[in-house]
Order: sequence, then structure tokens, then C-alpha cells
Amino acid sequence: MKQILKKARVIDPSSNLDEILDVLVVDGCIAAIEKSVDISGAQILDLSGMILTPGLIDMHVHFREPGYEYKEDMETGSRSAAAGGFTAVACMPNTMPPVDNAAMVEYIRSRASKIGLVRVFPVGCVSKGREGREIAEMGDMVQAGAVAFSDDGNPVSDSSLMRKALQYASMFDKAIIDHCEDPGLFEGGQVNEGYISTLLGLAGIPASCEEIMVARDIILARDTGARVHLTHISTKGSVELIRRAKAEGVRVTCDVTPHHLILTEEAVMGYNTCAKMNPPLRTREDVRALMEGLRDGTIDAIATDHAPHSQDEKDVEFDKAAFGIVGLETALGLILTHIVGQGELTLYQAISKMTAGPAKILGVDAGRLAVGKPADITVIDPDMEWTVDKNKFLSKGRNTPFDGWKLKGRAVMTMVGGTRHSIIPCEKF
Amino acid sequence: MLSQKNLLGLENMTQQDIELILDTADSFKEIIDRDVKKVPTLRGKCVVNLFYEPSTRTRTSFELAGKYLSADTINFSSSTSSVQKGESLKDTAKTLEMMGIDAVVIRHSSSGAAEFLSEHVSAAVINAGDGTHEHPTQALLDMLTVREKKGTLKGLKVAILGDILYSRVARSNIFGFTKMGSSVYVAGPQTLMPPAIEKTGAKVAKSIDEAVEGADVVMALRIQLERQKKGLFPSQREYSRLFGIDKKRLSLAKPDALLLHPGPVNRGVEITSEIMDGTQSVINEQVKNGVAVRMAVLYLLIGGAGR
Repeated sequence: MKQILKKARVIDPSSNLDEILDVLVVDGCIAAIEKSVDISGAQILDLSGMILTPGLIDMHVHFREPGYEYKEDMETGSRSAAAGGFTAVACMPNTMPPVDNAAMVEYIRSRASKIGLVRVFPVGCVSKGREGREIAEMGDMVQAGAVAFSDDGNPVSDSSLMRKALQYASMFDKAIIDHCEDPGLFEGGQVNEGYISTLLGLAGIPASCEEIMVARDIILARDTGARVHLTHISTKGSVELIRRAKAEGVRVTCDVTPHHLILTEEAVMGYNTCAKMNPPLRTREDVRALMEGLRDGTIDAIATDHAPHSQDEKDVEFDKAAFGIVGLETALGLILTHIVGQGELTLYQAISKMTAGPAKILGVDAGRLAVGKPADITVIDPDMEWTVDKNKFLSKGRNTPFDGWKLKGRAVMTMVGGTRHSIIPCEKF
Repeated sequence: MLSQKNLLGLENMTQQDIELILDTADSFKEIIDRDVKKVPTLRGKCVVNLFYEPSTRTRTSFELAGKYLSADTINFSSSTSSVQKGESLKDTAKTLEMMGIDAVVIRHSSSGAAEFLSEHVSAAVINAGDGTHEHPTQALLDMLTVREKKGTLKGLKVAILGDILYSRVARSNIFGFTKMGSSVYVAGPQTLMPPAIEKTGAKVAKSIDEAVEGADVVMALRIQLERQKKGLFPSQREYSRLFGIDKKRLSLAKPDALLLHPGPVNRGVEITSEIMDGTQSVINEQVKNGVAVRMAVLYLLIGGAGR
């Protein structure tokens, strides 16, 4: 089967591409990217006015399966990802049981391939049972297809374990993804420590809670020569530590979520549990530093930390509410409207942080358009205006602080291995 | 009547509303001294005291306030209710709603619990202390006590001392006294000082002595002794020496300064027995005014003909 995607603005940061081109897809693979492609017998999609990018990658999602299917499962998670314009996701292993062995990695991969809407890259646990004591069977998991290791949800709090994990993972050139949090400083924390925590009488989480672990991980990465990835960083201090470490040649990378770029701690006023996340929303100054970090390359990727929860886990007293929000279906619209639209990043930079950036960290052959490679593509209508309606989410999670937000720009189609997934009713497709 | 339907805190309450509550409390106070302590003002109204934390004085005070006004008051404490069976606050709220109550008084260990409840019931919600957030009726009774003695709250120097971080009494008093024109100074161990507290309008004194110096009102807060185990201060002995109020420290305040404490007092820790039982102490008046203030709040929230 031949398809020609015509006249879209093709943006692929991994090959320095940003121009109006035609893309030919033959039998699921990209066969040509040229000014004009004309081949008889091909199905033609006119994409003028649209943006065509490598399939977007979200390197931090929680699909909750197995064990917490009441929050999300592989199928609803995959549909949610496709609806948000993603063609690939990396699934965190904090399921029940956790993904800490090769059989579990294979289970995740086989479930995902049967569903087939997005590519799922499993992340394995750093420690057996996510208990933070002994390193898990990383070698087996790599052979089964794990792309990185993380005890996400928890930090790797034991520095000795972290050091061993870094050394061990470096044999496979896989990154350890750490959720940076000092457990002692976190103790019972609910929101960013500052005026808002004072006003609301909620236990504060100081910036130092994150930054101490960022510093520790940098020191251990330098010490071992291994690769560490610090996920969902949220403070100015973290950005500064990572910037300096990168300049010194330490193999550290990091990502940030859309919500930490767009919201501040004030979003929790009125005890809004949909603005309760870990790390917490921070201050305007932190947001500015995160934006600068994205621009100067300190921050490599944007990832959603898609964390679906049931209504009952959020519609409770603030300190009893679960941490986290869903992100897959709002991420792109938020980034286009509030980050690109506000001139904080160029469109090209933003696409880079959602394609080439995460692909490089995970070491996966994705996030780029190349002749002969599978056609994983996202098509974005940059002018489409839409309103976030949590009740229309394909995710089981409704926990978003963005319900009712008016956004401009949305993915209208994804293609995974040449198979089209139309996301929203659109007369063009 | 008040400009709002609930009493959740003083942060967002207007000065006019505070004045109205204090004036109403003033006029209700004589009922407490009557031989027959009952007026029919809230006859036919039902008030539920929903207490998720142990409390003697606040719960009794609300119960009496309701009874003196002829409301039917029901006590609901978490140890003897279906909360023990795992019922959520949201479901409890729905249950109460169906029973047709007029007001719910809630004491809860979670900050924001009163506001949460108010989103799930149509009855008036009165916050009787939510976590480390606010305790508005305590601050109102403190203000009533001070106003009675000083004639005004305007221009007074009020020192609030001790565990500001975990104190809902401190927050409500900072908002209340500041709105009424007092200057509020806070002091205590740095480990128990909330971040950016100065943005609330309170001034942070460098020491207890600096806060007390020339004060019209000296308010010591209760220190939860378990905070010591969490390493927030080294010992009771050092706490009382550095942050406790004794006669000598109190003498730094104005000669006619008032000594307040929300109770219950750890005698010899926050304040010495000598000054607690001394002439400047208004701790007993605070308790009496508590009933009057709660009568006023109940009346103003559910006493109107429209409800």
C-alpha cells in the first residue's frame, strides 16, 4: 500500500528539516521525503496547512496495568496517547506486581502490540519489587526489551544502591531514570513550600527536597561514568545543577512536564486536588528557569508523567488525595498554546523535545523521519481551536487541572508503522 | 446577615462581617448569665457537630451555643460513627444533607476539610478547626475578648508566640487582627515559623522579647509536645526558657497588656502558672466569649427567615 502525505510543513529536528514537503509511505515505511512525490496508485492525503512531525514520544507515562486497571489499562492508555498525538510512550514500572523481571517486560510488550495504537517502550524497575534494596535483573529485562530503569513513584533513596544500579545499567548503555526526592525532606509534604503552603496550612515540600537528590545523582553519574536521567524536574536549582554538570561532561539528561511549565503553586488554591502532584507545582521563578533550561538545551525532553487516578482518589480532603494528573491528551495543545504560542520556545524546539530528545535518552530508533524506517508520524493542525473537556478523555483518568481550557493546535492524525489513526473527526481524513 | 454562607476562615472575611459577628456576640453575651439560658431564636433549626478530632472546649462551646439559642444540636464524633467503618467525608456529607440539617460545625485533621465539606452540602458550614489551616471562631473570640478590654482593636500591638507553623489559631488571628487594624507580630522557634509568613501581613520579630516589647496583647500558642519528637525543638526545658512567657517577659509588654492562650495550656511550658492565674490573664474570659461568638455565628448564618 502506498500513501502520499502531501504539502505538509515537515518538521524533523533530528535531520534539521523544516519545510513544505511530500512524504511517501510504502508498506508501512517511509519511502521518500521530497519536494514533490507523484506515484500512480497511491492514496493521497492533502495536508496543506498541517504540520507533519516524527511520531511524538512521551517518555514518562503510567498505564497502571497490571494491578490498577481501575485507574487505567494498556488499552485506554494507548487510546489516550494516540488521541494526544503520541506514537510511542515509555511506561513506568510501578504496577502491581511491578515490572521488575523479563516476564513482566514481555507481558507489557505483548499487550501493547496486540492493541497496536502506539509503541510502548517498557521501563523496568531499578530494584527488585521496587523495594530499594537489591538491583533487579536488568540484563534479562534489556534482552526482553526494557529501554531504561526506574523506581519511579519512589526515588532510589539508598545512594549505594543507586551507584550500583548506575554501574550495572551502564553495561547495557541504559539510563537510570530517577524521581528526585529526599524522603526525609519530603515527609508528609503536600504542596510547594512557600506562601501558598503557609496560607493553606499544608505541609510544604521544599525545593531542596528535589535538589539534594539531583546533586547526588549528578555526583554518582560523574563517579561511575554512567548515564542518569532525572525526570520531571521542577526547580530553578535543579536546572542550574544540571546545566553545570552537563558543561562538565557528566552524562546527565532530564525532562520536564507541561504542567510544571504552565502552572504555578497558586493552582492549588481552594484545595484543588487536581493541582496536587509530586513534585509539586512551584513558583513563577522556577517556571522561568525551566523555560530557559529548555531553550539552552539543559532540559532534553518534555514528558507528561501521565498519572491517571480514579475520581474517588481525588475527590477527598487534600492531604488524602493521590498525587498526579493525566497529561497525554492535553500536552500538545498546552505546549502549542502556552509555550510556543507565548514565544517561550519555537515550534521546532518544542517538537525536538518531544521527538529526537526523548528518543536519544531512551536509545530507541524512533523520533525521526528517515527513508527506510517505519512510518511513525504525527499530523498537527496548528490552527484548530478546541476546549479541553475531561469527560471526553479516552483515558480513564479525569484528573486534570486544565478542564475547560481553550487551546489552539491539536494532533489530528497519527501513523504508526504506516497505519493511520484518526483522532478526532476531521473532514480531511 | 453575613456576606457569605459559610464560616470557613478569616482570610477572606470582610472587616464588616467580623464587626457584625463581634457586635452580635456582645449582645448575646448576657443570655449566658441569665437564670434561664434559653432564647427561641433558632427554634426548629438543627446543627450537627461533626468532630473528627478530639475536642472538649470547642465542641462543648458550639453545643451550648446552639442549645442556648434553642437549636437542636447533634454531636457526631468520629470514634462512635460510621467513619470508623471507613465512610468518606464526602459520603458523610451527603448523608447529613439528606437529613435536612441547617448547619454543620466541622473539626477535622485535614487542612481544607471545611471547604471540601461546603462543596458537598447546602447547609451552612462552620469551620471549628481544619488541620493547620484556620480556626476562625477561636480568633473571633480572641478579638471579642480584646475588644471588650481595650475598647478597640485598632492600633494595638498583638504578639503571637510559639508554634506558628502548625497553628490554625495563629493563622486565623493574624488575618483577623490585621483586618481590624492591629499590628500583629509573630515570634517562635525558626523551625516552627512558616515560610513567607510576612506576606500575610504579620511582622516577624527576631525574638520573643522583641515581639512582646510594648505589646497590648500577648498570645501564647499551645505547643504540641509531639513536635519535640520530630526534632522541631530540642526539649521542653529549652522551649520554655527561650520561648515561654513568664512574669519577667510579660513585663516587657505594656503594663495593662492582656495575656491570651487558646487552651488547653501546658502549664510551665508556654506560660508559667503564676501569670496564667494572674491579673493580666483573660484565659477564662476567652472561654465565656467563645460561647457568645459561636451563638453569634450560628444566628447570623442560619437565623435568617429566608433559610
